[in-house]
Amino acid sequence: MIKIVYFSRLREQLGIDQEQLEIPASGYKVADLQNLLIERNAACQKAFSNHALLVAVNHQMADVNTLIKPGDEVGIFPPVTGG
Amino acid sequence: MANVHIAVQTQDFNLANEIKELKADVPEVGALVTFTGLVRDFHLDMKVSGLFLEHYPGMTEKVLAETVAVASQRWPLISVRLVHRVGELEPGDQIVFVGVSSAHRGDAFAACEYLIDTLKTSAPFWKKERSKSGSRWVDAKLSDNNRAKRWKN
Repeated sequence: MIKIVYFSRLREQLGIDQEQLEIPASGYKVADLQNLLIERNAACQKAFSNHALLVAVNHQMADVNTLIKPGDEVGIFPPVTGG
Repeated sequence: MANVHIAVQTQDFNLANEIKELKADVPEVGALVTFTGLVRDFHLDMKVSGLFLEHYPGMTEKVLAETVAVASQRWPLISVRLVHRVGELEPGDQIVFVGVSSAHRGDAFAACEYLIDTLKTSAPFWKKERSKSGSRWVDAKLSDNNRAKRWKN
């Protein structure tokens, strides 16, 4: 099980700020999670097809090849706009 | 390692207090550079009536600490103070403070600018602007990315 947290515009598009998901015990990459989320339904396809979205695994910026294991926290969000 | 204070908070900060803390009886401080960001009342051609700031608790503090650690390795800093507000803000409100003290002004100027440029493009904060026509999430700016990239070499 992993915890996924959403922020900003993506959080509003999805209507949830977090969810739990079962993933394989090993060999699971950020790219696999992206594919799974995009293919869930039409609303998810729209929300997750945004190429500008960023992914963090356990509070560390990640890329498509970063491995995710059960117990991890994955943050998905648009480019940041603080300061 | 510099003396470091990092805070993400809803409440306002006091500039005089921040500067006092940066000086704090350290006789080798020869330069103190600060940056204060304020909420503007316009964005492009739109009148902004307020701002909502969201962040990623846990990751924000980690990214800010890492950014300060990199700055401390790159320049000989004595103190660094970084305060970022979240929640509901109004035009004119203080939103972010970056303060740096060092023996010499060159290092203090450079480190302060590095910190705010890097914060703007890597710390997980998001702004939502309110206006008469409703509210909308602010898009990231290419000019901010270009400013941050200048520090990469």
